Amino acid sequence: MKYSIAISGAAGQGIDTVADFLAAILKESGLHVFVWREFMSRIRGGINSAQLRVTDDRTGAYTFRTNIAVVLDEGASEHLNRHSRISEDTIIVGEEKNIGAIDHDSRYVIAVPFSEIAKEVGGTIYLNSIAAGLVAAYFDVKESTVQAYLSERFGSKGEEIVKKNIDAYTRGFQIGQRISDILGPMRIKPNPGVRSQLLLSGSESVALGALAGGCNFISSYPMSPSTGVLTFLAQHARDFGVLVDQAEDEIAGMNKGLGAWFAGGRAIVTTSGGGFALMTEGLSLAGMLESPMVILLGQRPGPATGLPTRTAQEDLKHVLGASHGEFPRVIYTPGTYEEAFFLTQKAFNMAAHYQVPVFVLTDQFLLDSLGTLPMLKLADTKIEQHVVKTKSDYRRYLLTETGISPRGIPGYGEGLVVVDSDEHDESGHITEDLHLRTKMVDKRLRKKAALLQENTVPPTLVGAKEPSILVIAWGSNYHVVKEAISELGQDSIAMLHFCQVYPLHEASLEYLRSAKRVAIVENNATAQFAGLIQRETGFGIDRNSMLLKYNGLPFAVEEVMDFLRGIAKEEMIMN
Amino acid sequence: MLALAELDLKPQETVIVSGIGQAAKTPHYIRTNVFNGLHGRALPAAMAIKAANPELTVIAESGDGCMYGEGGNHLMHTMLRNPDISVFVHNNMVYGLTKGQASPTSQRGFETLVQTADRQGVTSEPFNPLALGVAMNASFVARAFIGDTEQTKEIMKKAIQHKGFSLVDIFQPCVTYNKINTFRWFKNNTYYLDGAYDSTDRLAAFEKAIEHDKYPLGVLYRGLPRATFEENSGIYDVDKRPLFQRALDKKKLKELIQTKVSGL
Repeated sequence: MKYSIAISGAAGQGIDTVADFLAAILKESGLHVFVWREFMSRIRGGINSAQLRVTDDRTGAYTFRTNIAVVLDEGASEHLNRHSRISEDTIIVGEEKNIGAIDHDSRYVIAVPFSEIAKEVGGTIYLNSIAAGLVAAYFDVKESTVQAYLSERFGSKGEEIVKKNIDAYTRGFQIGQRISDILGPMRIKPNPGVRSQLLLSGSESVALGALAGGCNFISSYPMSPSTGVLTFLAQHARDFGVLVDQAEDEIAGMNKGLGAWFAGGRAIVTTSGGGFALMTEGLSLAGMLESPMVILLGQRPGPATGLPTRTAQEDLKHVLGASHGEFPRVIYTPGTYEEAFFLTQKAFNMAAHYQVPVFVLTDQFLLDSLGTLPMLKLADTKIEQHVVKTKSDYRRYLLTETGISPRGIPGYGEGLVVVDSDEHDESGHITEDLHLRTKMVDKRLRKKAALLQENTVPPTLVGAKEPSILVIAWGSNYHVVKEAISELGQDSIAMLHFCQVYPLHEASLEYLRSAKRVAIVENNATAQFAGLIQRETGFGIDRNSMLLKYNGLPFAVEEVMDFLRGIAKEEMIMN
Repeated sequence: MLALAELDLKPQETVIVSGIGQAAKTPHYIRTNVFNGLHGRALPAAMAIKAANPELTVIAESGDGCMYGEGGNHLMHTMLRNPDISVFVHNNMVYGLTKGQASPTSQRGFETLVQTADRQGVTSEPFNPLALGVAMNASFVARAFIGDTEQTKEIMKKAIQHKGFSLVDIFQPCVTYNKINTFRWFKNNTYYLDGAYDSTDRLAAFEKAIEHDKYPLGVLYRGLPRATFEENSGIYDVDKRPLFQRALDKKKLKELIQTKVSGL
């Protein structure tokens, strides 16, 4: 069973506060929750929304279907309606003035005098707690759960504030009991095990993964949607010994990261497509210096400033082809919070081991969303330094069979560490010996071969082993495709999800050949991953097997279901 | 090289960071650790190297095109952060490696194949690194003339020993591409600040920095002692070890992850 609650209103009205509040108390009540947000690039005004999904099993996808829509501003219900999120079953809850004049299809409306109640309680700031109470009522949240949450959240502001919030919540709760008259009784059996699970956002998953990978240096210029990772690391910088620098620009950020790795640090830079464009010169330096580097790129729609707060998968080609010259790189594309954590952790070890740049390529949808997940097991993680103590005859670019030269750092051992952005000899000094040049290029590229052989993450097959229809997804589309397939209830459809898109695992082609029909789902207009697959494996996916979306929103489950239904019909699997 | 030797710096504990250009090749002739990075980007790397391991002596060295042109923004922001690094800029007022175009420090009227004579040569105001340094309250600002090896060495030594960011602009002739600002020109157009000059007086330093009948040599400005970028980072307050000697406290991380159970 899955419920969906939309909370919509103007920026600054506290939509996020309501969604986070509900997510916390519903999870504490033993229910799986998932929250994602869509918002405009402005601090006040406009119309934003958050979707809270409450489920018996874990999900991480957006659905059009809305059971309860809480509209906090005029224009909110129209906004949801325009995006197909109001159906005739949707219960719309809001002030008379916000729901009355709007043209929508819903038959169910609960008018709530939010402002009046808030004023009675103590002011408009209590509106959020009223809204939360309203929704929580349907899910039968215990009073003690709410009291504990509000005490912890507002305790530092004084007992009076806690009391008033509880009051507001209770007022909302009383009205909310009317919801079950329309929606029927809540049909999820709470699972106490969920209470001890985590409630994490994508940004937090990446940042925690960085810490688990031994990250101790970040130099970034703030840019949506990557800023959450920078902020999280800054807030825990002293505790974990992370040197945080808000760089003057992304060019500096990348070069600082490389300086840190050179001196023995473990650095990450965080950015989005536009910022990464400025980093490409430094990325090329990483290629030449054979420096480790970890880059978190949160995608948003471009070109240029594009839609700063929206989501996209448009920068795969950007990341893949960025920089002058030829050198290997690794690109991870996590589909879940666990993958965001473990792949970011792994990125540091891979970067250190192979001395290559490693990308964690994700997007606004994953970074800005949050949901329940099982406890992350640190025992499964290990920090690999891959640093050697140098001897006096140390040569940084010693030619080796794997292409990997032992990495020394200054001040550790008797040797000197010389790195140069010019072509260089084994000792790191500038050279124009063109025979040596060929050897150095081959050495750098051999690392890709080593990577492929030893350490590429294979794609995950979700569903039938030998499916008729195989749907390719990468990055944050994991949950939406999985849920769409499961909703269709067709065991002849499976998903092949790639959490590493480069280098592609050798088994990829075999999977692609195993299905009768291969389809792909991507958040871009030009099917960038399909192009990469074709380039790397020769396997082509035809145009009418592609579902592409590029309006800045993630896929809704219904959209993927419609697409798969169409393909299944063509393949005579479904009527 | 003499300055490094006289300061008894161990090559293993010294890093010279450079960019691209004629001057940027210097580290290849000195026995130390070397980070020869990108054109204009020496300072971000130098700052980070010092921050990752404060036990290292870090010197950034490059030319006027690299530090004042391509890397101008980094120069300004590195000054403001005050990392304990020394920056030596070989200023010959011309681009050498690209064969003779104007540099940010080229003087008005300087003629090149790009800044052509029929268009009055260079028409921009020359970049003034010393005035910038004083304006940004850089903690050490000096100028030297390479023709005077002894004095230049002493100024460099002072810069290296200075705690905090130090900038030394080094006048240097380019015998191939700059026929105006020659050895003789520099000799005739510079003078040393005398013993009576108070380098802690910021306004006086600014006056000196904008003199151009004759250019002053020596330490122009020393800001009041203040914390360095590394010190301000907060990660060396208790634990003085460089980053590479540290290990993650897994227990602490586990506790942090555990706090994410409550959803707060």
